[in-house]
Amino acid sequence: MIELSGVTKVFNAGKAAEVTAIASAELSVAAGEFVSLIGPSGCGKSTLLRLIADLVPPTTGTVTVAGKPAARARKDRSYGMVFQKAGLFDWRTVQRNVELPLELRGLGKAERRQRAAAMLDLVGLGDFAGHYPAQLSGGMQQRVSIARALADGPPLLLMDEPFGALDEMTRERLQGELLRICAETGTTVVFVTHSIDEAVFLSGRVAVMSARPGRITEIVPVALGARTEDVRQSPEFFAAVTEVRRALRAPAVPAPAEHK
Amino acid sequence: MRRAFGSLALVALAAGAWEAYKALAPDDGVSVMGVRVMPRADDQAMPHLWTVLARLGEPELRGGAPIWEVLLSACLTTLGIVAVGLVVGVVVGGLLAVLMQRSGFAERGLLPYVVLSQTVPLVALAPAIAGWGGAIMPQWATVSVIAAYLAFFPVAVGLLRGLQSPPPEAVELMDAYSAGWWATLVKLRLPASLPFLFPALKLAGAAAVVGAVVGEISTGTRGGIGRLVIEYSREATTDPAKVYTAMLGAALLGLAVTGLLTLGQRLAARGVTP
Repeated sequence: MIELSGVTKVFNAGKAAEVTAIASAELSVAAGEFVSLIGPSGCGKSTLLRLIADLVPPTTGTVTVAGKPAARARKDRSYGMVFQKAGLFDWRTVQRNVELPLELRGLGKAERRQRAAAMLDLVGLGDFAGHYPAQLSGGMQQRVSIARALADGPPLLLMDEPFGALDEMTRERLQGELLRICAETGTTVVFVTHSIDEAVFLSGRVAVMSARPGRITEIVPVALGARTEDVRQSPEFFAAVTEVRRALRAPAVPAPAEHK
Repeated sequence: MRRAFGSLALVALAAGAWEAYKALAPDDGVSVMGVRVMPRADDQAMPHLWTVLARLGEPELRGGAPIWEVLLSACLTTLGIVAVGLVVGVVVGGLLAVLMQRSGFAERGLLPYVVLSQTVPLVALAPAIAGWGGAIMPQWATVSVIAAYLAFFPVAVGLLRGLQSPPPEAVELMDAYSAGWWATLVKLRLPASLPFLFPALKLAGAAAVVGAVVGEISTGTRGGIGRLVIEYSREATTDPAKVYTAMLGAALLGLAVTGLLTLGQRLAARGVTP
């Protein structure tokens, strides 16, 4: 689904304020996979997500998404995006917010309405279609944001610390919801987070990044079986959390190691 | 309801202060070492409010129409000029704002001149506009141009801020959908700019009224309220209440324009907000 090879990103290249945000990233994500990017702030994990989304162009290297160059994938709406702030348009109802990507694609009103209603049912907000974002809690707004990202039926979901601003209980509930939604829709997910627990609970693999310069230092596989709430108390869960924590503390190695 | 009551209370307070000053202050005002620091309070400088109101009902000239009728028709004439000026100002200001949002180069290049345009004294500019414009358009239209010259400014500056108001993640979202500039403008920037645009429109309305009144005076355009202010002030020594009726008319015209814009805003906002 995603192929990053030799990707680097240098901001303000050639100027005094030159910053190497990403120094050589290799990553390959298969269809249906859930991969988290984790690392200290400033390690470039959000930049890496934006490179996949073609919101910033790479300085060198190639980004392939859904078998196409990233720019093509963006034009084809091959991914949906969810940010830390829900970023809903507060002058639109919940329903009309979810319809936005469908509107931009030029779908008719009846089909838009039907698709948006289905998406709202998927995230459990079917009864709130006529509400305005200001009338919803932060967690509900983020659900709307997920419904909007999936409305177009993209094969890939890119999420940038989507639950970072939510309280712990809402966050855990939404993590469960997200896994259910991904299973139902078969969506591939790349998920940026700075919470080790969150990364481990959600992901099949956790890509651990280090800062200055940003690089993927290690990719930790997580084998947990069915992700029920009980998993959070299981020894395997703690073992995986410990493994990711170790990888985060490990001194950056010159070449990114990958073990599958 | 409470706001209406508050407004009325303020008007009553101002009227009370006028009459109280007139009753208490010496007719010749207060002078300190030969410099008058408080205005004169005689009937000529400050006629009683009821004299002004009574004057509204009396004929403008002996045997002519009552003053309120003359004022009303003058206000309507000026309102037409204001409306044309406001529409032109809003269109020009809106286009400038969109252009400046579109291109940082245009913003850096144009914005200083937009600000600078408002520092040119209107009394100097008005005759120039009347002179250049007089050859190609009727006189009232040159007054509209002057009104538009004042009205475009708050729209350009206010709308630009509004168009730039969406947070980065909203703009990134539109980018992620590979929405073009136009789609982003229509779906995101314009709706987001409305809370900035409405106050700007009210300022523009008030500015257009000032522009039209001053424009009428400095171009010598007849038939409007600005002209009446000047005509009546020439009679201030013999008929002091008369000039105040014209000022009252000009003030009410400003209120009417702002009121109409508020009404328009309410209608436009209906169904858009919760």
